[in-house]
Amino acid sequence: MIYREAGQFKTSYEADEAIFPVRQDRVFVIGLLVVAFFVIPVIGNDYWLRSVLTPFLIFSLAALGLNILTGYAGQISLGTAGFMAVGAFAAYKLSTGIPELNIIIVFILSGIIAALVGIAFGLPSLRIKGFYLAVTTLAAHFFIEWTLTHFGWFTNYSTSGVISAPEMVLFGYTIESAESRYLLALSIVVVMTLLAKNLIRSELGRAWMAIRDMDVAAEVIGIPMLKTKLLAFAISSFYCGVAGALWAFIYIGTVEPQAFDINRAFEVLFMVIIGGLGSIYGSFMGAAFIVLLPILITNIAFAFGANLPAEVLTNAQLIIFGSLIIFFLIVEPYGLARLWQVAKEKLRLWPFPH
Amino acid sequence: MLEFAFQEPMFALEVIIGGLLSGIMYSLVALGFVLIFKASGIFNFAQGALVLFAALTFVKMLEFGVNFWLAIVITLAIMMVLALSIERVVLRPLVNQPLIILFMATIGLNFLIEGLAQGIWGAEVHSLDLGIPEEPLEGLMDAVGISITYFELASAGIAAAMVFGLSIFFNKTRVGRALRAVADDHQAAMSVGIPLQHIWALTWAAAGIVALVAGMLWGAKIGVQFSLALLALKALPVLILGGFDSVAGAIVGGLIIGALEKFSEVFIGPYVGGAIENWFPYVFATVFLLFRPQGLFGQKIIERV
Repeated sequence: MIYREAGQFKTSYEADEAIFPVRQDRVFVIGLLVVAFFVIPVIGNDYWLRSVLTPFLIFSLAALGLNILTGYAGQISLGTAGFMAVGAFAAYKLSTGIPELNIIIVFILSGIIAALVGIAFGLPSLRIKGFYLAVTTLAAHFFIEWTLTHFGWFTNYSTSGVISAPEMVLFGYTIESAESRYLLALSIVVVMTLLAKNLIRSELGRAWMAIRDMDVAAEVIGIPMLKTKLLAFAISSFYCGVAGALWAFIYIGTVEPQAFDINRAFEVLFMVIIGGLGSIYGSFMGAAFIVLLPILITNIAFAFGANLPAEVLTNAQLIIFGSLIIFFLIVEPYGLARLWQVAKEKLRLWPFPH
Repeated sequence: MLEFAFQEPMFALEVIIGGLLSGIMYSLVALGFVLIFKASGIFNFAQGALVLFAALTFVKMLEFGVNFWLAIVITLAIMMVLALSIERVVLRPLVNQPLIILFMATIGLNFLIEGLAQGIWGAEVHSLDLGIPEEPLEGLMDAVGISITYFELASAGIAAAMVFGLSIFFNKTRVGRALRAVADDHQAAMSVGIPLQHIWALTWAAAGIVALVAGMLWGAKIGVQFSLALLALKALPVLILGGFDSVAGAIVGGLIIGALEKFSEVFIGPYVGGAIENWFPYVFATVFLLFRPQGLFGQKIIERV
């Protein structure tokens, strides 16, 4: 009843090719954006904006980047954290080297630098496939981690080990408060999501999916492997790089390689898998799940009044986290995005299922 | 520094031999991966966690005052139970799913087992004494000036025995052949009447045994602690170099990676700031794969366009 597209006739090609051809989708997305931009900054408190929603947005961006590579182009990567680190350090070097540079341009440039690094480490994908490729992307991760920790140039020869990100000024306004940080992250994420959404509807996106589904067949119908695969790596790394820069600048406020260790790469991979491989809103749902889950576990533990020692809590988190991942894979291997689809199908018929 | 290596051939040799022996230790961890990959096509990320779990269980048994051999038997029994429950709870519902899903499931399993191991047995560092002395072999030291400890020799011997045993198991026994059939194609294997469930439980139990051996030896070397779970990351370049589905590859890959790692650290490391042993094996293995995408001994999948 509510979700039914009957009666919505498309009379032009533009209407047929719109991003959200169904009116209900359009209303829902616009409503969501209005809430995200105007309601949440007003009602959200400092803790929620700073420690939950901002990392959620940044993680979504990273998950989106990995989803482009793994979900759409079918190349498994464990190098996400490495590419995020490249983005963060590139942004740091750029903004300390050229302080007058607009922060948005800094983020874009650091994304481009991450993309270049991504292309370099994506080259093996032309020869190597599947799990072999996954392990070789770990080479990227460890190499980047080592390079960033061992050469003082990247940290401007800082001796303290903790480098705080320079302050961000946008249009003469210093971005300091939780609300402004959240809004900046949100704007960047919205723009980049829109780009991604259009990208995967384009020729390039369809070429990626062809390679994912069967690379030999894709090559036979004339899809250039080299260009398409490397573009997947480049664009994915661009997203991860921007996410890394946002992570360092907007979220934690310090630039350190430790923030991008191998567990971060796994976290992002989980978001993609739990959210749904090859789905844009799946990336967001996966990120929400992984960000909220530890908070939920901690709060439930507190709610039961048990003042558990931190060690027990960490182990309990590991156990619950692991079990939930297995549970999800068994119940719904195609992720939360698939559940959403099922819900939409149900809504289409509801309340008269016959 | 490379010139230095040529000027001091004995020192270079000692470094390489030390590397080879530590490479065998990597092979032991890699063997567990190979076992499961060969038998089910699953890239089992939880192998490191299995090593940790086995080692912690074993050490705890010893600390409870259980006899050494009895402790081994009990730990093996626990590993079997773990393997059976993994098969029942995780793998059986996931039959015929894409491999990436199974891979993700093992990452989930990795967290689960890590949490369980530390939740049940505590997170302290335990020392483990297997009764193999850490002293160098005297004769060898006097004769050629190269120091190899009894312990290193014993672990090399154990690794060799395991490889020998596993090769026979895979190639000569009925069960071994069934394992390889399952790895080739779940559905085809099931349709010719191979009991998939038994085979998988068996494989995971065998991987548990390998994990126990690796855990005991590594535990004696670096102490039984959380970092045992990270050994999996050390074993990965060994795996891709040797080929995921080759027992021999795990050993040869381990030897090459071990030797290269130590050699590069001692002779190339000082030029570039040191601590390169974390990434050097990965980069080396990657470059190698560019020329031979299936690794040294991996099964070649023929694909032509």
